[in-house]
Amino acid sequence: MANGSNGKPKTELLDELEKGPWPSFVKEIKQACETSDSSKDLLGQLELSYKQKIGHWKHGGIVGVLGYGGGIIGRYSDVPEQFPKVAHFHTMRINHPAGWFYNSEALRTICDIWERHGSGLTNMHGSTGDIILLGTTTPELEPTFQELTHAGFDLGGSGSAVRTPNACVGMARCEWACFDTLKMCYDTTQNYQDELHRPAFPYKFKFKFSGCPNDCVASIARADMSVIGTWKDDIQQDDAEVSKYAAAGVDIQKDVCDLCPSKCMAWDGKKLKIENSDCVHCMHCINVMPKALRPGKERGAVILLGSKAPIVQGALLSSVLIPFVPADELFDTLKELVTRIWDFWDENGTNRERVGELIQRVGLPAFLDAIGLDPVPEMVSAPRDNPYIFYQTKKEGGDE
Amino acid sequence: MSTTPTKRITDIGPPHYQKFMHPLVKKNYGKWKYHESPQPGVLCHVSETGDRIYSVRAATPRLMSIQSIRKFAELADKHSGGYLRFTSRNNVEFLLDNPDHIEPLKKDLFAAGFPVGGTNNAISNIVHTQGWVHCHSAATDASGIVKSVMDALYDRFTHQNMPAKLRIALACCLNMCGAVHCSDIAILGVHRVVPKVNQTQVPRVCEVPTLIASCPTGAIRPTTIDGKPNVEVIDQQCMFCGNCFTVCPAMVMNDPENDGLSIWVGGKVSNARSEPKFSKLAIPYLPNNPPRWPEVVAAVVNIVDVYAKNARKYERMGEWIDRVGWPRFFKLTGIEFSRYHIDDFKHAGLTYARSTHVKY
Repeated sequence: MANGSNGKPKTELLDELEKGPWPSFVKEIKQACETSDSSKDLLGQLELSYKQKIGHWKHGGIVGVLGYGGGIIGRYSDVPEQFPKVAHFHTMRINHPAGWFYNSEALRTICDIWERHGSGLTNMHGSTGDIILLGTTTPELEPTFQELTHAGFDLGGSGSAVRTPNACVGMARCEWACFDTLKMCYDTTQNYQDELHRPAFPYKFKFKFSGCPNDCVASIARADMSVIGTWKDDIQQDDAEVSKYAAAGVDIQKDVCDLCPSKCMAWDGKKLKIENSDCVHCMHCINVMPKALRPGKERGAVILLGSKAPIVQGALLSSVLIPFVPADELFDTLKELVTRIWDFWDENGTNRERVGELIQRVGLPAFLDAIGLDPVPEMVSAPRDNPYIFYQTKKEGGDE
Repeated sequence: MSTTPTKRITDIGPPHYQKFMHPLVKKNYGKWKYHESPQPGVLCHVSETGDRIYSVRAATPRLMSIQSIRKFAELADKHSGGYLRFTSRNNVEFLLDNPDHIEPLKKDLFAAGFPVGGTNNAISNIVHTQGWVHCHSAATDASGIVKSVMDALYDRFTHQNMPAKLRIALACCLNMCGAVHCSDIAILGVHRVVPKVNQTQVPRVCEVPTLIASCPTGAIRPTTIDGKPNVEVIDQQCMFCGNCFTVCPAMVMNDPENDGLSIWVGGKVSNARSEPKFSKLAIPYLPNNPPRWPEVVAAVVNIVDVYAKNARKYERMGEWIDRVGWPRFFKLTGIEFSRYHIDDFKHAGLTYARSTHVKY
C-alpha cells in the first residue's frame, strides 16, 4: 500500500468523505492515526473496500476474556499481509451507564484506557446501547478488560445471551416518564449479570425500557421484552395553558382533536374536553402541548413481547402481554415473567430462534398456557377470523 | 505500556446511572414538569422546583476517535460543568444550567465540526451499523452513505421545518444491527446472489445440520462429498438473507457487482396518533457506488422533498402515505413500481388490496 504523509495510507476515495458539512468519520479515523498504527491499517483496508466494493473482514472468531462468554466480537482481516496491524481487530462492547450520562472525567478515563490498549476508535454508541471500543488485538483484551472493571465499567452482551439492556432518558430529563426507566434498566442489568456475560440461550434476548408511548429507544421494534410506560387515569389538564397554546397559534381542533386516534377530544373554542375512557394513550396531544397536558398520575407500563429484526423468520413488532403493570410492581413482575418465559424458551426454542418467533411457531395461546398468563382482549387487534380452532376437549372428571 | 492491575474484578455491571449525572438533573430527577424548544438543537426542561436545564444537541459521526471524545469532554468542562449525555440516535447533548453558555457552546461545536440541531421536526442523526469499517457480512458501507446523505440533508438537521419527525436509519445487511425496519426512511444493504458454497471448507468449519436448519426457506440441501456431509443450495429458493453465512463462513455472500442498497419508507416506532408500523419497500435496488453513493443520496433526498412538500403538519411519512395511498406515493416520487414490491413471503396475502377502494 502506497503511503502518504505521516505513514498514513493514500486514501483518494475516502478523502472525498472529509468534504461537506456533516461530521466526517474519515476525519475521525485519521485523528485516531495520531495515536494508533492499527487505525492507519484500518484506513488502508477501508480504502481497499471502497475501491473493490467489498468488505475485508473475515467471519468472526471466538475470543474473549476469562470467565466471560461474550462482550467481545472477534474480527480478523482477510488481507492481513497488506494490513498486518488489523490482522486481529476485535470489538469490545462496554455496558454504558443507563441514559448515556457521563462527565468529562469518565469520558477521559475511557479514552485513556483505549489509547493504551486499542485503536482509539469507538462508537458512541452501538445500536444496542453499549460503548463500542472498535479494534484491538487478542493479547490486549484481558488487560483492557481489567483496567475497565477497575474503572467501574464492565462488558456488554453478545451472542445467545441477554444483551445490554437499554432505556430512554426517563425521569432524569423528561416529564413524560411513567416509570423510572433508568432504575429499571440498571436493576435488570445487575440482576441478570450471569445471563448477560455467559450465553446460554437459544439466541439473543433484549430488554428496552421506554418511559412513555413515544418510545424513544424503539422498544416495540427492537426488544424481545418491551416495557413501555403509560398511565391509567385521566390526562392531567391545565385549561389556562391550553388557552395559551390556542392564543399562540395552535389550532386545537385541527392539530390536536382531529389527529386524536380515538377521537376522544372536543374543543369548543374555549374548553378542551377529553373523554379519558376512550383515550388510547398515544401521546399526540401531550406532545403538541407539553405545558398544558401531562400523563395521568396512576402510572406504570405495558409489557410487550417478541420484537426483532428479520433474521430468521421475518421481522416482528412486540405484542401486548400485560396491558398495565403499576410502576411500583414493575420490576418484580418482570422478573417473575422473565423466569417463566426463559424456562419455556430454553425448553422449546430452536437454535437462533428468538422468543417472538417461538410464539409465532407454537401460537400465542399455547405460549400463554406455558407461562401461566390468562388471555385478555388487549392482547389482540381482533379475535381470530378463521374457524380452524384447536378445541381442547374436556377430560373425564371436569377440568379441562 | 502495560498497566494491568493485579486484582481481577468481574460482573460489576455498568456504572450507576446517577454516578456521572449533572447535579441539577439529579436534584430534579422525576420532577420535570414540561419542556420548551427555544431554538433548533436546544431544549429547555422546566422542573416543578422551577429549575431549568438546557440541552444543546449536536450530531456526531457515531464512529468517534478518542481525540473527538476528549474534545467533547473539554467543551463540557468549559460550558456545562463537565456534564453531557448521548442520545439514542448518536447525538451528543450538553446539559447546561446556565443559558448564557448556549451560544458560545454552539459556536464551539460548529467550529469543531459538530452541527447543532436534530430536535423536534428536524431530521435527526441517522442510526446505522458498521459496514465495511468493521463487519464481515456487510453488503455495503454504512458510515460513507450516512455521511453523504446527511451532507445533502444538512439544512434539515439544523432547521425544524419538516411536517413531523423524520427518522432515517441504515443497516448494511438483513441482520439489521440497526433494526431499521420501523423507520420513516430505511436504507438497507442487500445481497442479491446465492451464497457461493466453499464445499471443501464446509466439513471443516461448519456444523452441517445447523447450517441446513438455518435457512428460512429450506434452500440448503444435504449432500455427501468424498464421503463427508456437505451442502448444496437450491438457487430458486434463496432470498439472500445471509443467515447461512452467519452460522457458516463457507457460505460466501459478499459480491462486489451485485450487492447494493434498497430503500424502505413509512415505518415508525412511536405510538403517537397511529400505531407503530414497519417500513415498506420503495426502491428494491440501487448500486453500491462509493465513495458518495449518488444514486442513494438522490433517492433519499427526493423522498424527503416530496414528503416535506405534500404531508400535513404532524403527519409522519407513513401516516402521509396512508392518507394519500401508495399509488400516489409512487406517482409523486416518480419511483417505479415493480414485481419486487409485492410480497411473496409468509402472510403475503395480507398486503394484497382486498377492496375496490381505488383512487383515479
